[in-house]
Amino acid sequence: MSLRTSAAEAAANPLIPHTAELIVGFIAFTLLFLVLRSKVVPMFEKAFTARTEAIQGGMEKAEKAQQAAQVALEQYTAQLSEARGEAQKIREEARVQGAAIIDDLRSKAQEEAARITAAATASIEAERQQAVTSLRNEVGSLATELASKIVGEALDDQVRQSRIVDRFLDDLEKSK
Amino acid sequence: MRKFAFAETGEGFVPPSTADFNLPPVFGNNEYTTKPILLVLFSVLLISVFFILASRKALVVPNKLQFAGESVYAFVRNSIGEEIIGHEFMRFVPFLFTLFTFILTNNVFGIVPFLQFPAMSHVSFPYVLAIFSFIVFHSVGIKKQGLGKYLMGIAFMPGVPKFVYILLTPIEVATFFLVRPLTLSLRLFANMFAGHLLLLVFIMGGDHLLKGVIGLKLIAPFAFAFGIGMTFFEFMVQCLQAYIFTLLTALFIAGALADEH
Repeated sequence: MSLRTSAAEAAANPLIPHTAELIVGFIAFTLLFLVLRSKVVPMFEKAFTARTEAIQGGMEKAEKAQQAAQVALEQYTAQLSEARGEAQKIREEARVQGAAIIDDLRSKAQEEAARITAAATASIEAERQQAVTSLRNEVGSLATELASKIVGEALDDQVRQSRIVDRFLDDLEKSK
Repeated sequence: MRKFAFAETGEGFVPPSTADFNLPPVFGNNEYTTKPILLVLFSVLLISVFFILASRKALVVPNKLQFAGESVYAFVRNSIGEEIIGHEFMRFVPFLFTLFTFILTNNVFGIVPFLQFPAMSHVSFPYVLAIFSFIVFHSVGIKKQGLGKYLMGIAFMPGVPKFVYILLTPIEVATFFLVRPLTLSLRLFANMFAGHLLLLVFIMGGDHLLKGVIGLKLIAPFAFAFGIGMTFFEFMVQCLQAYIFTLLTALFIAGALADEH
């Protein structure tokens, strides 16, 4: 206890301030305040501002990209539905056209068939007519010939006979 | 010093007292070179260097050092400044930031090996800080509302029946001009003082037990272990006190800024 300095003894009551400490305290705090205010706070604020801006910039960029993507999506969707509609239209047209072509072909084929049938019928009729005509002629001549032959047998004459045969043969040849 | 005294007498445990806080000057007889004064000056250097280095680059993506500095700064700026004071807080951030770092560093010096002395256990420093706080919050109020209106606002709180002023005016005036700075400084001082004293009791007590008979020697480790445990507790108290001092100052400023309190 006896080693204590007088200054210490004066400050034995811990609630009594010490002049040197008060002065140093004032100076130290003021000094620290000035340093922190001029050097540290502005720099930290600068960093904070830069960070906020960077984040905001990034968010804006992202927002823009999102908007662009949205626009592109809408565009694609519109194009897709347009294409779908077009495809539908084309399919419909093709179906209609196909049906028309089939109808057309069918009617053409039917016409053709009718035409062919008519031609065949006509030609058959003509041939038949011709056959009837020629048959009628031939039958007539044959009958006449036969009749005349039967009648002419009595006229048994060599010359006459040969004349009749010749004439018959000639007639035959002529009729061919 | 105490150790010497103890060694000389050789017996009887002298509990640590207020005398243990009065350390002799480190250099000669110069009273400006006592341990607390040197610690305070060292803290100013330490805080300045650390935060200048941490903030120098002002990077958008902070490195470790900047992140550490920024965390402390952002804590004071946002949790104390912005939250308490509101939209005008930025003006007071340098002051609050200085308060917080200054108190915190000097408090924590109390448990840093070899330094091991909280300067705030010397009441002069808390007084100084309380005076700064006092000047700041009163000048803010005077600037904002004008001297007369500000003083009238304190003395005659609006919205109170006239006769209540008999009781209220002395209380309010005392609160604003005496109680606030006193409690502010004494709270900090007493916490640091008591904490340091507590550590001294356990560490010196353990030391004394170690010099005793064998049975006492066996108890000594418990005293030391408790001393270590109390050191952690002290760390919490040191941080808390720095926070409380800054928070209360911010509250006083906020009160002075508000038109009615």
